[in-house]
Amino acid sequence: MNNIFVYCEVEEGIVSEVSLELLTKGRSLANQLSCQLEAVVAGSGLTGVEKQILPFGVDILYIADDPRLEPYTTLPHAAILNKLFGEEKPQIALMGATPIGRDLGPRVSSALHSGLTADCTSLEIGDHDDKKAGRVYKDLLYQIRPAFGGNIIATIINPDCRPQMATVREGVMKKEKVSSGYPGKVNQLDVSRYVTDLDFVVQILERHTEKKKINIKGASIVVSGGYGVGSKENFKLLYDLAAVLGAEVGASRAAVDAGYAEHDRQIGQTGITVRPKLYIACGISGQVQHRAGMEESAQIISINSDPEAPINSIADYVITGDIAEVIPKMIKYYKLNTK
Amino acid sequence: MKGLKIIVLAKQVPDTRNVGKDAMKADGTVNRAALPAIFNPEDLNALELALRVKDTVPGTTITILTMGPGRAAEIIREGLYRGADSGVLLTDRAFAGSDTLATSYALAQAIKEMNHFDLIIAGRQAIDGDTAQVGPQVAEKLNLPQVTYVEEVLSIEKSGIVVRRRLDNGVESVRSPMPMLMTVNSSAPDCRSRNVKMLMKYKHARTITEKQEATEDYTHLYDSRPFLYIREMTVGDIKADAEQLGLTGSPTKVKKIDNVVLQAKDAKKLGTSDEGINDLMRELIESHVIG
Repeated sequence: MNNIFVYCEVEEGIVSEVSLELLTKGRSLANQLSCQLEAVVAGSGLTGVEKQILPFGVDILYIADDPRLEPYTTLPHAAILNKLFGEEKPQIALMGATPIGRDLGPRVSSALHSGLTADCTSLEIGDHDDKKAGRVYKDLLYQIRPAFGGNIIATIINPDCRPQMATVREGVMKKEKVSSGYPGKVNQLDVSRYVTDLDFVVQILERHTEKKKINIKGASIVVSGGYGVGSKENFKLLYDLAAVLGAEVGASRAAVDAGYAEHDRQIGQTGITVRPKLYIACGISGQVQHRAGMEESAQIISINSDPEAPINSIADYVITGDIAEVIPKMIKYYKLNTK
Repeated sequence: MKGLKIIVLAKQVPDTRNVGKDAMKADGTVNRAALPAIFNPEDLNALELALRVKDTVPGTTITILTMGPGRAAEIIREGLYRGADSGVLLTDRAFAGSDTLATSYALAQAIKEMNHFDLIIAGRQAIDGDTAQVGPQVAEKLNLPQVTYVEEVLSIEKSGIVVRRRLDNGVESVRSPMPMLMTVNSSAPDCRSRNVKMLMKYKHARTITEKQEATEDYTHLYDSRPFLYIREMTVGDIKADAEQLGLTGSPTKVKKIDNVVLQAKDAKKLGTSDEGINDLMRELIESHVIG
């Protein structure tokens, strides 16, 4: 009771990365709160799925295994969480800020009348002194996220409603097993007790999934462009540099919105989070939402014509100048020095 | 197929994509007045999908529902200029401070007061919050099936509506019975531009508050052209439980707002000289960061 719950996404028997990252975060929050970590997974053909989940320090895993639960549709998954959360009364519930988590989370939060914060970049435990009500709330979940176009960082709390719900993007939290033999308990749910036929009114007729062509998350070097790159043509310079360095190309939201780069390349709070060895920021001003997706890069080079660009303050190297002049020189001297 | 009744949920948002230097006040709060107010981009995609249904199913009508301050009537007019048939502005000080749940509750209560509908179409998310929560929450409150991330309506039949969803790793076609609620992605077609005829027809469309505040007197116009009337709903019109509205009805509270303060690292600074860039590349290669 009053534990931490993580909703684990699963597809064809594989638990998603973001769910494992959230289990790791959930474990550390549970340690802080001296409570248990519980997880729920809903899908089809889940025999043995606990081997992927329990090692992350999960004390109780609920498995809803039914052919009708995969591929994901909203209503049956929501029905399972609504009832399970109603029975188990978790204090905190976490899910990935994925197409599934962002479809499911709000539906469940509305049914349970509990607050939900989307796309958190940090989760902490802390107290809240409500001076007006003359009441101190102990051990709340601080849900921290950039807001308002990244101009502010907001700390959101849910003082009265439970569970305190949050979604987090893939790559934001670190993934770490506790031990492969972690002694968690498995509860198989009787799915028919949780869903009704009415939950299956939305039918999937056809699905085409494609492997992601772009693997920015796994790249050790990222060359990333912002609005300051100026045009789609100028963006080609970034591809040239990336090709020479063996890097992937990323982009800020402003560059994506301007049509300079595909949406799949967007780095930041509402895109991908990366931690490469080297991040080369070209014409990126560095709003906090963008920085949320890259500030843990080991080294950062900022190339910007504005010497006052906010990103320069987190950069290890600041090159003040026009990318059209700088990038060809970087390519030239890289080649000269590696010969 | 007889015409459908569609409600498009739309929001007027500050244009956070074009935040200028004066967007933040000296005390670290947001200076909303310095940001232009626009029609939330994905709500325009939602309107376009509604208009396409109207193009294919004769007799379909589109009502834009928005919650916000009085000036949000601007986006209802924008919608009318593009082909929507009517609008409802849900406005009251009682809604101030609403989080997504309190917003969804107010919208759902307003929808219950509106006429019968077949479809509710909303943008996936608004650019001032990026939460993508209001659509699914309204669906839950109205006990409707929801389909999120829609980019195209493929067919409309008696048995339901078939749409294509755009996900991170592919696409999915799904069929849902109606009435239902869908949220629309930016991968959907852009909204058509204003239609000159509609612009002429609706340019004097006003809410009752706007009429009262107007300096020019168009009373005679409104008497003969009832379509110029933008319905205004306040808290008294929606049979709402006051406990579920505004700040009181919002489970999430903002504990604190931090200004974004950057602590400058000790960066190496260089210009565009050949020598500087040569040194940089050599340093990165020697330290095995690249190469």
